[in-house]
Amino acid sequence: MPELTYLEAIREGLREEMERDDRVLLLGEDIGVYGGAFKVTEGLLARFGPDRVIDTPVAEAAIVGAAAGAAHMGLRPVCEMQFMDFISCAYDMLTNYVATARYRAGLATPLVVRGPCGGYVRGGPFHSQHVEAAFLHTPGLKLVAPATARDAKGLIKAAIRDDDPVLYLEHKYLYRRIKEEVPADQDLLVPIGRARIAREGRDLSVVTYSAMVWKALAAAERLEREDGLEIEVVDLRTLLPLDDEALAATVRKTNRVLIVHEDTRTGGLAGEITARLNERCFEWLDAPIRRVCAHDVPLPYAPPLEDFVLPQTEDIVAACRWLAAY
Amino acid sequence: MPSPAPASPSGAVAALPHGLSRPQLLELYYWMRLTRSLEERLVALHRQGKVVGGLFRSLGQEADAVGSAYALAPGDILSPLIRNLGSMLVKGATPVEVLRQYLAKGTGPTRGRELNIHFNDLERGFLGQISHLGDMVPVMAGIALYFALTRQPRVGLVYVGDGATSTGAFHEGLNFAAVRRLPLVVIVEHNGYAYSTPTRLQTAARALKDKAPGYGIPGVREDGNDVLAVYAVTREAVERARAGGGPTLVELVTYRRAGHAEHDSQFYVPREELAEWEARDPLARYARRLLEAGWATTAELEATDARVHRELDEAVARCEHDPLPPGESALDGVYADPPSAPLEWYRALAEAPVPPAGGERAPFLRSPGVRSDA
Repeated sequence: MPELTYLEAIREGLREEMERDDRVLLLGEDIGVYGGAFKVTEGLLARFGPDRVIDTPVAEAAIVGAAAGAAHMGLRPVCEMQFMDFISCAYDMLTNYVATARYRAGLATPLVVRGPCGGYVRGGPFHSQHVEAAFLHTPGLKLVAPATARDAKGLIKAAIRDDDPVLYLEHKYLYRRIKEEVPADQDLLVPIGRARIAREGRDLSVVTYSAMVWKALAAAERLEREDGLEIEVVDLRTLLPLDDEALAATVRKTNRVLIVHEDTRTGGLAGEITARLNERCFEWLDAPIRRVCAHDVPLPYAPPLEDFVLPQTEDIVAACRWLAAY
Repeated sequence: MPSPAPASPSGAVAALPHGLSRPQLLELYYWMRLTRSLEERLVALHRQGKVVGGLFRSLGQEADAVGSAYALAPGDILSPLIRNLGSMLVKGATPVEVLRQYLAKGTGPTRGRELNIHFNDLERGFLGQISHLGDMVPVMAGIALYFALTRQPRVGLVYVGDGATSTGAFHEGLNFAAVRRLPLVVIVEHNGYAYSTPTRLQTAARALKDKAPGYGIPGVREDGNDVLAVYAVTREAVERARAGGGPTLVELVTYRRAGHAEHDSQFYVPREELAEWEARDPLARYARRLLEAGWATTAELEATDARVHRELDEAVARCEHDPLPPGESALDGVYADPPSAPLEWYRALAEAPVPPAGGERAPFLRSPGVRSDA
């Protein structure tokens, strides 16, 4: 079984799907000759040619809009946002046009929009954003955010094969920091809509996704070592639709929940998960649901500022201790 | 009714224009008449309160809609704007479908989900628009991209108005199509007003066609109230696109003789301007032309009018009493899979029993839409 980085796993998934299905094509800025700003698509132009790896103008609305038109006709476009921060330029196209197409018009729009999210890389306010909250509110879209190389491959393949539009949120911090054995399996598909237990535990559940899974795991190890706590870490993997059954199951098991995300707090995913657990699992909770999220500011550049604003392992440890003591 | 016009004094028949046959010339008249009369029926239904939403007319713009759509071949795809009922009809949308849309019927093409002419059938060759102006330009560029990548000699055509030329999506889509020389024709219907905003507040360009050179594509301007001129200029752009010559921006100068929608009295429009354009009515003008050139007889035009009225009577009768969609049908079809997933909802939660105080923990509510086998 080959060892792949998170980034290589995405590329492997793209390559396999392009080989398997000649309807799959890539659209994006600098993805062809240059291979993408982070080199995710490196080598794919040489392998598949300029009809399937299309360098576009700097025009996110056109990229997504053109992908939608091509998808209506039966192609399977995968759009790259050079940084996910720029998906806001295609917000109208995604929320008003793409997401509504099936419902209002019976139009299939099987496209994927993928790109790097996230901070901890000193990217400043416009190269670090998480965008899930802006799209979570849009029926018709699906959102996935892998934390592992295996899921990175399995979810990009599943997203491409999905008959609905999928936003695939990569974490740039993980691109070359995560490396693991990933099956060279054409049919390694991670089902969209299903969470994963990243670590079993019985005392408390940390519900999280993307790069925060690794911080939660680090916190869990420390809490086991220092406090003897058994922390369960739930990796959502799919943010829309949420895996309500997995959320309910972990609450039933541990009765205490901490939600961690790198995105800012207000209007974030943690609020939605809290509301759902309140509606469905109130009787099973032994403590208030807590959350650790970024502070409600644009993400600043200087290391002390960024580190202060973003969730750190220490923040997760402290919140878990509070919950365990409740 | 067409204006009665004398047969040409000499009784001679002018040469047929643009390779069109007499039946085709009469067909153009039919589509324009059908467009106008269908909208007149809709106005009546609107006044009766049966059109539950807004009604958007294309009064005075029938020639640009019909003439441009008529220049397309089967297999070509167009995306209309709100004033392109005529284009939709030419591409095979039926009056019954349009009526059902406006009347919010469950039997309509969108089952009551969308309004007016926002519906589509790619087989027949029309892709429904959304209300966000300019958005269909990138989407139609994508359809043209599909034609280009699959080496099919098919063409996309997208309508925008003078207002939409100010949007970012218009620019991005047109630029994308131009860079890739995609088979796309962009029709700018210059009808003088975007809602109440006159063109002089929309652009500093002297003519909208002047935007084309900035994209490195041809831009042409034509009288949008002359159906034959519209046909000819669009035909040329369509054939250039089909031959691999890339996009053309076609500005059709016309005039919106009704308000933005039926609620809009057009108080901001000078009366003399309306009168001036009423005198250039495209339908009456075309009828005169047909008679004067000897391409059609008064009897043929009258028969066409009668046919349109008969067809519309039948269409209204066929759908007027159709049922509205049931409320719960609103929940299906957001996603392909699961095919119909009602989202867990407050009504289901309200039906769950309240757990007794101090009792056992309540069972979990299950989400009906989540499959357990995936």
